[in-house]
Amino acid sequence: MEREITIALSGNPNSGKTTVFNAITGARQQIANYPGVTVEKKFGHIRHKDSDIEVVDLPGTYSLTAYSLEEIVARDFLVNERPDLVVDIVDASNLDRNLYLAVQFMELGIPLIIALNMVDVAESRDIIIDHRQLSALLEVPVIPMVARSNKGIQELLDKAVEITGNDPQWRPAVISYGMDIDQGLNKIEAIIKTSKVYDRKYPARWRALKCLEGDSQIKELLKRDPDLGEKIDGICRKIFKHIMDTLEEEPEGIIADHRYGYITGITKKTVKRKIESRLNLSDKIDRVLTNRIIGPLIMMALLYSIYVFTFSASEAPVIWFEAFFDLLKRATVSVIPEGNLQSLIVSGVIDGVGGVLGFVPLIMFMFFSIAIMEDSGYMARVAYMLDRVLRWFGLHGNSVMPLVISGGISGGCAVPGVMAARTLRDPKERIATILVVPFMNCGAKLPVYAVLIAAFFVEHKARMLFILTLLSWAFALFAAKIIRSTVLKGPKTPFVMELPPYRLPTLKGLLIHTWERTWQYIKKAGTVILGFSIILWLMMTFPGPSVEQSNFFGDQRKQLERSFLTSPDVRKLVKDEKDLAELNGLYNSYVQAMKKNDTALLDNLSTRPLSFLVRTVFFLESGKFSGQEADGNHLNAAARYINYLREMIDTDVREQQAALKGTIAGWIGQRLETITRPLGFDYRTNIALVGGFAAKEVVISTMGTAYSLGVVDPDEPGSLSERLRNDPGWDPLLAFTLIIFTMLYVPCIITVIMIRKESSWSWAGFSIVFNLVVAYLVSLVIRQGGLFLGLGV
Amino acid sequence: MKTVIKMREMSDNQEGIIKKISTTGEMGRRIREMGVVPDTWIQIQGRAPLKDPVAIKIRDYILTLRNNEADHILVEIDEPG
Ligand SMILES: Nc1nc2c(ncn2[C@@H]2O[C@H](COP(=O)(O)OP(=O)(O)OP(=O)(O)O)[C@@H](O)[C@H]2O)c(=O)[nH]1
Ligand SMILES: [Mg+2]
Repeated sequence: MEREITIALSGNPNSGKTTVFNAITGARQQIANYPGVTVEKKFGHIRHKDSDIEVVDLPGTYSLTAYSLEEIVARDFLVNERPDLVVDIVDASNLDRNLYLAVQFMELGIPLIIALNMVDVAESRDIIIDHRQLSALLEVPVIPMVARSNKGIQELLDKAVEITGNDPQWRPAVISYGMDIDQGLNKIEAIIKTSKVYDRKYPARWRALKCLEGDSQIKELLKRDPDLGEKIDGICRKIFKHIMDTLEEEPEGIIADHRYGYITGITKKTVKRKIESRLNLSDKIDRVLTNRIIGPLIMMALLYSIYVFTFSASEAPVIWFEAFFDLLKRATVSVIPEGNLQSLIVSGVIDGVGGVLGFVPLIMFMFFSIAIMEDSGYMARVAYMLDRVLRWFGLHGNSVMPLVISGGISGGCAVPGVMAARTLRDPKERIATILVVPFMNCGAKLPVYAVLIAAFFVEHKARMLFILTLLSWAFALFAAKIIRSTVLKGPKTPFVMELPPYRLPTLKGLLIHTWERTWQYIKKAGTVILGFSIILWLMMTFPGPSVEQSNFFGDQRKQLERSFLTSPDVRKLVKDEKDLAELNGLYNSYVQAMKKNDTALLDNLSTRPLSFLVRTVFFLESGKFSGQEADGNHLNAAARYINYLREMIDTDVREQQAALKGTIAGWIGQRLETITRPLGFDYRTNIALVGGFAAKEVVISTMGTAYSLGVVDPDEPGSLSERLRNDPGWDPLLAFTLIIFTMLYVPCIITVIMIRKESSWSWAGFSIVFNLVVAYLVSLVIRQGGLFLGLGV
Repeated sequence: MKTVIKMREMSDNQEGIIKKISTTGEMGRRIREMGVVPDTWIQIQGRAPLKDPVAIKIRDYILTLRNNEADHILVEIDEPG
């Protein structure tokens, strides 16, 4: 018979929920060895023995007290959606603490299977668990498994189908918390059961327990019936006072102590240890990696080696990508005739999207490195070692994760970074973290840095990036300090965190992890950036130059032609416009032939009229063809031709600039010049920065367009770095100012939307204004300070 | 000789049995749900570079706490000498 059942996977952070989920459903899902990475619940489907099973991966929690976001998500799902079964993934190597959650499920009464995972780890530490005895004592089915190697998954599914087939009821377990509390519980339970508002969503005893524990969520529910609420409140207060007087503890503490007492009683009977092996391999590794002196040194060295690895490993693929897009451009130019369509596809689409996709290898290697740190368990140690420092800035050890994902090692993305901040429990620490993560060097900023570094700091590439990473941390931390001592003043929250044992990451896990984050980046390039590239192209093309403008430059070209032709030396060789066109064509053919080193073609060209003149031109320009003896007439004519070419190019450039100024983007960029002049940014940079609001990588593609628009010579793509280096308006100081401005100014649109999702519109708005102000002030100091010190040109 | 001291005062590698947790509210709850309850064996595993937080071994895993949290945990130790 066809059946549909829902299974919720629950368990402590890091107990292997995601691994079990993937083993069951085969679905792609983030796997990390960092407590609390999975925050959203994820779904998957599978058929097993005539049953349609829906599997839900709940966020990892240590308890069901509903104080943190994850716990609320998990608990709401259980009581509202009422899954047919909860599978509690329990880490066998860490049984006591993992059972604390299991006991709470038992008290809630929901049908439960305990999946005793990581049996292999337990065994390697000589911890032997009698799972039958455990099952008998808890009165819950226990399935031993090793999720990582798919052991026990089929048994788990069989059991799940078997149990749900009997249509099980919720059967809350009763655990004793000592006489005083038990009596109180009985009393409250009876009152709730007879109440009109009792909706049976939670078992009455569970509600009673939560009232005693002072759980605000449940208390509020009971307040719906004020009479009832007051009665219960009275009893709770009495018990509270009594317990405080006799035991000097809050009931909540007593309850927790008894739960652990119950667990210890059971594990004593079911867990055998051969030897007290107190220093396992993981501990030994920690002796070194978190050593007070060499720990931080190793951490710095590791972070630095990640740069070196990322950049050296991605060097070749980045060049292949660039070559590929160059090829694509050439193909486009040869297929589509010159005009707006060609310009749209080449300057808008290929340059825009290609600029972003070109950096995919870089970002992939970076995410791969981060995945190794997470999956191995090292990331938690980074949080541990840095907590003291972060706390000083009003953040929390757990802020490391969002900061790193956003680009703390350079090359992350603030979108998942903002999401990762959910592991922070305190709202103020969380929002402060969210507000400063956009300062980190996300993958989208890397192309901007890469181009500017290639143009001006090419000898110090790796070192420069390292400095930029340190700077972004410094800015983020000080910004956090400012935020936490002004708009978000508040106390620090506890740092009670597990250091998971070191684990060898699985290649599959690493690849899934890397691919998921890289895919987010690519999707962004494919959608938002494609859209914005086209919009920006439109803004940078229309309304376009006026008729007078076009005429003006046309006239100028005619005039240059005339004055070239009227020179007596020239006139002897080049008589009219037709001859000039011939000369231009021949000159270009020579350029091509020389570039390809095509001697046959060169010989062929040398038979054409005017070829002697062209060769003289090359002789003057670069000393080529020195074998021939040019007469004075040819030398003079050649010199004039060189001059003519230069002036023509100059006119082209001025026309393009005038054209760009005449567009919508040009208009905006020029209006902004008044504000950005002290920073040294001209209208083209302004246009690029406005575009960067869509996504930072657009800065570079827009600059590419702004500096190359119209000049589409596929054989002479001329990298942007080269253009900037040769542009007299640019100098290293200006490049550095732009790098810092890009690092700090507004988060990209997607990040802003994410911030709004995770907090509110006002924080999202605050984030834009705050970052702009910080970016402007810092850049102003750098530019003007640098000029003052004589660092400009 | 047994004596009871604050966890913060324990030295590296020292072991002891938790006797009392003298904090309530969120902090007390968070500490307890991680298994820090009376009569539990612990051992100081080490301290972060700036001597804070502290890492302890408890119930087969490593837990980290800040010093101001460790202040509220009283541990019975064997007094040396
Ligand atoms: N040795 C061993 N490792 C396992 C087993 N199951 C999972 N792991 C590893 O444990 C680590 C954590 O597993 P996850 O599936 O990410 O745990 P999780 O419960 O989803 O963790 P969070 O989402 O962070 O709460 C990964 O590195 C897994 O490869 C197992 O049975 N044996
Ligand atoms: Mg997970």
